[in-house]
Amino acid sequence: MKKTIKIKNKTGEFAENKDVAKRLRLDEIMPALLDGKKVILDFKGVVGATQSFIHALISDPIRELKNTAFDNLFYKNANDGVREIISIVYRYMQESLDGSEDKSSE
Amino acid sequence: MKVFLSNQGNLRNFKSFTESLDLSNLDKLEITTHDKWVTVHPANLVLVAALAINIGKDKTDIIGKVPETGRYLDRMGLYNLTKTPSPFVYKKKEEAGRFLPIKVIRDAESQSRFITDMIPLLHLSEKNATVVKYIIGELARNVLEHSFAKDGAIVAAQYFKKTNRVSIGICDTGIGIWRSMRNSWRPRTDIDAIKLALTPGITGTTRKEGGTSENAGAGLFFVKSIAKITRNYFVIYSGSAEYTLLKYDKRVKYGPRLYADPNRDHHSETNSSPNFQGTLVAVDISLDETPEFNDLLGSIGEVYHQAIRERKREEYRRPKFI
Repeated sequence: MKKTIKIKNKTGEFAENKDVAKRLRLDEIMPALLDGKKVILDFKGVVGATQSFIHALISDPIRELKNTAFDNLFYKNANDGVREIISIVYRYMQESLDGSEDKSSE
Repeated sequence: MKVFLSNQGNLRNFKSFTESLDLSNLDKLEITTHDKWVTVHPANLVLVAALAINIGKDKTDIIGKVPETGRYLDRMGLYNLTKTPSPFVYKKKEEAGRFLPIKVIRDAESQSRFITDMIPLLHLSEKNATVVKYIIGELARNVLEHSFAKDGAIVAAQYFKKTNRVSIGICDTGIGIWRSMRNSWRPRTDIDAIKLALTPGITGTTRKEGGTSENAGAGLFFVKSIAKITRNYFVIYSGSAEYTLLKYDKRVKYGPRLYADPNRDHHSETNSSPNFQGTLVAVDISLDETPEFNDLLGSIGEVYHQAIRERKREEYRRPKFI
């Protein structure tokens, strides 16, 4: 089972509206991942995105669902700039997840 | 309140501008200009505009002799925010390709509309437009999310053809950075708060690494880094503090190095400016110096990632040698 979300339909060609990102995350991405679906975020026609937008879109699935998110989130038609931002969010989210459980239990 | 617009309105001289501000007497705002020549950066404009909008048009005047170059203030929309009628009569030229006059962004939808409708008026290449959209997107969102400003974000921008540079200013009269950072980080002073806000991975909403679902503490660091890589100025003014990233010398062969710690950047700072209830951020971007956007983001992202790693390492438990 898979769910495809066309980002441009929600954001226009520049993805910066974090309210839209939050709605997509809460209403579409998280429920689909929790349902065991693969989620394809299709960036066709999106020329750029802010780090804030991408963070609001995917940081919580990564933080809450960890491997379920890593295994089931896919990014399609992302240009080099958008890819770079997604990669940045992946790197720092994994860095901040690493050992965070230990720290919070101290 | 009194504001003087001089003939040296640029980010290099922004400290002189703030030092000349008189932000006492909140009952009225008097704007004066240099009598022979007035030059303003969008930073000067949006700060004056924010004060004018906050206090009200009926309490705002432009007084004294305004030189012919003052028509720029009219073109950028400043006279509309005052009760002083514009003395300038001229044929308005098309805005496209040169400047974005003062605009107010009050919510996420109007921000998106601004970015979609206004940035194309600068007639930049797609690469350069993306940089400008990115900067305005991050800065305006910061205002909407963290400033609690009733008047929203006041934005203006100017493209300078001769130097192929875009200058952007964005200002609010909200709670300021110190109050925004206070709950999570307890900064001592306004300048401490600004430096915290510039540090990658630090957000006023949490002390947790990785931030919250909505905030990662990256926006200002990214914008400052874009200014540094393109060898330009970046200014942030809030409360009584001002931090200015100074221009990286073009004669230095190797490109600017990014640092997570804003203290390591070549900068000037003060914690004794007139107390401004709000936040102003301004940046210049030299389009000739702008590398491919994904390369730019890659360099910034690497420093951001490294900063989080190093901060986590500092928190590791140490062995107890006895």
